[in-house]
Amino acid sequence: MRFDSALGLESRRGPLATTGKVLIYGAMVVVFTGPLIGLLMSAFNKTLDPTSFSLWPDEFTLENFIKAQDKNVYLYLLNSFIVVGFGLLLQVLVSVFAAYSLARKKFRGMTFVMLLMLATMMLPEEIIAIPLSLVLADMPLLHVNLIGTYAGMILPVGAWGFSILVMTEFMKEVPVELEEAARIDGAGELRIFATIILPLCRPALGVIGVFGFTMIWDQYLLPLIVAPQSEMWTLPVALRSLRSDEEVGIGVLLAASLLALLPSIIAFLAFQRQFMRGLTSGAVKG
Amino acid sequence: MTSTLAPASGRTAAPGHPPKSARWRGPLIAWLFLAPALLLFLYFKFIPMFVGLWKSLFKVQTFLGDEWVGFQNYQTIITDDEFGAAIWHSVVLAFGTTLGSLVLGLGLALLIEGPARYLWFVRTAAFLPVVTTMAAVAEVWRIMFHPADSGMLNIVIGWAGVDPQPWLASEDSSLMSIMLMSIWRGTPYDMMIFLAGLVGVNRSLYEAAAVDGASTWRRLRHITLPALRPVFWILFTLAAIRGLRVFVEVYVLTNGGPNGSSEVLMTLIYKLGFQKNELGVASAGGIVLFLATLALTVIVQMLRRRQAA
Repeated sequence: MRFDSALGLESRRGPLATTGKVLIYGAMVVVFTGPLIGLLMSAFNKTLDPTSFSLWPDEFTLENFIKAQDKNVYLYLLNSFIVVGFGLLLQVLVSVFAAYSLARKKFRGMTFVMLLMLATMMLPEEIIAIPLSLVLADMPLLHVNLIGTYAGMILPVGAWGFSILVMTEFMKEVPVELEEAARIDGAGELRIFATIILPLCRPALGVIGVFGFTMIWDQYLLPLIVAPQSEMWTLPVALRSLRSDEEVGIGVLLAASLLALLPSIIAFLAFQRQFMRGLTSGAVKG
Repeated sequence: MTSTLAPASGRTAAPGHPPKSARWRGPLIAWLFLAPALLLFLYFKFIPMFVGLWKSLFKVQTFLGDEWVGFQNYQTIITDDEFGAAIWHSVVLAFGTTLGSLVLGLGLALLIEGPARYLWFVRTAAFLPVVTTMAAVAEVWRIMFHPADSGMLNIVIGWAGVDPQPWLASEDSSLMSIMLMSIWRGTPYDMMIFLAGLVGVNRSLYEAAAVDGASTWRRLRHITLPALRPVFWILFTLAAIRGLRVFVEVYVLTNGGPNGSSEVLMTLIYKLGFQKNELGVASAGGIVLFLATLALTVIVQMLRRRQAA
C-alpha cells in the first residue's frame, strides 16, 4: 500500500471508489465554479427578467455588451486599466528597489524598517479609510488635493508590504559572488541592480506581478473614496450603479460583472505557478 | 559590518581599510533605494493612522473648525446601540466565516490531496473564487440570492426539497447569507494552504502507523492534524482579522439592511464618515477596529505559545 496522502483516496480502486471520487470532485467543481459559469452564460443571454440566472443561455446575444457602451461600462473598464497599469508599474518598481536595499545591504535601522513593513501589513486599509480620505484631500506639506484624480487611486497602492517581503526573500538568494565580481569590474550600484540582481529575480517578479495585479484590480474602498464623480469610477465601484435598467434588465450588470472578473481570472490562469508559490510563501495578507 | 562595504568604494580601496567616503556611501545608497517605499508608506499608511488617532478626539467640522471633545467619540461608540449591534455582527460574521472556511477547507484539502493530474484540475477550478473581484462576485450572489421561487439558490435548494428562503431580504437570514458567500470564497484559499501544509507531513509516519494497524481516523488524529497545527493558527488569525474588517461583501449585498440586521463595523463607519460627515466618530470607530484586530492577534499568539509550551 502506498501513502501519498493522509486519506489515501488515490490508491483506492474499484467501481465504488471511482463513483465516489467522481461525485465528490464533480460537486466541488460545480459549487466553486457554478456561479462564475452562470455569470458567463447569463451575460450572453437575452432576457429582461431580473431573477434569471441560467447555466445555459436560452437566446444568445451580444446586446448586453453593446448596451454597456451607453452606460459608460467601457469608460469604467478603461479607468480600471489605467489604475492597475500605473499602479502595478509603481508597485513593482518600489518593491524591487526597497527589496534590493533590504536584501543586499547592511545598515543601521534595517530591523526597524523591516518592522515598519510588517506593521503596514497588520494595518488593513479599511481601518484607515476615513483619515486616508482627509490626507488625500490635503496632502501634508505638499498641500495637493488628490481626491478625484487617478494619482489618488494609484499612489496609495504603490507600496505593498507583501510584494517587498517576497522580493526581499528572493533577492537574498542571489549569490554575493556575482555582485562582487561585477563590482571588481567597476560596475556601479544601479548597473549591478539592473543587470545582475533583477534578471535573476524574474520568477519573483512574476509572483509580485500577479499578486499586485489582483490586489489593485480588487480595490474597492479606495476608489470609492477617491472618485466621487462617476467619470472616475473603476469598474468594480461602478457595478452598483448598473443594477436596474428597464431596457435590458440585469443584462448590463452581468456583462459588466463579467468584464470585471475576467482580467484577474486570466491573470491567475496565466501565472498559476507563480501564484501558488506566492500563496504558500506564508506571508500573504489579504 | 563595515568590511562588506569595502567593495562598494571601487577598485582603489585596499581590503579591510575602507576610505572615509565608503562609511556613509553604503548606508546612503541603501536608504535611497528604500526611500520611495518609505515615503509612500508614510503618506498613505502612517500619517493616516495618526490623523485617525488625532481626529478621533475631535468633533470634526468642515467650516467651523474642529472642536476638542476628548474621549466623547469613543463613549458614543461604546454606548450607542447601533455600534454595539454592528460590532456584534462583525464578530459573528468573522467567526462564522473563519470557522466555516477552515473546517470545509481542511475537509476538502484531505479529499483532494494527491499528485494526480485530474486533482490538479479540480484544485485550480475550486480556487477560482479566491482570485475573483469581490464586488463582481457579490453582484452575482446578490442575483442568486433572489428571494422569489425563481431565484437561483431557491431553485437549487428546491431540488433537495427545501422551501424557498428569503436570504438577504429577511432580518433573520441576511447575515447568514453573507456568511455563506464569504465561506464560498474563503474555503478554497484555506484548502490551498492546508494542501501546502499536507505536503510537509512525514510519509514514513503514515507507513509506520499502517504497520501498527492504525485506522484512517487514528492516522488523521495523531499524525496529520498535529502536523497542520501551525498552518491552522496562521489561517485562523488571517481570516478572523479579514472577517472583522469586512466591507465590500456587506456593502454590495445588503448595505447593512434590512433594518440594520447585517450592519457591520466598516459599513457603519463608512456611512458615518462619508454620508453623515461624522468624521470624528468614524475615526474613533476605525481605531476601535484596529484595537480589536491587534487584541485578536495578540490573544492568538498567546494561545499558540501556551499550546506549544
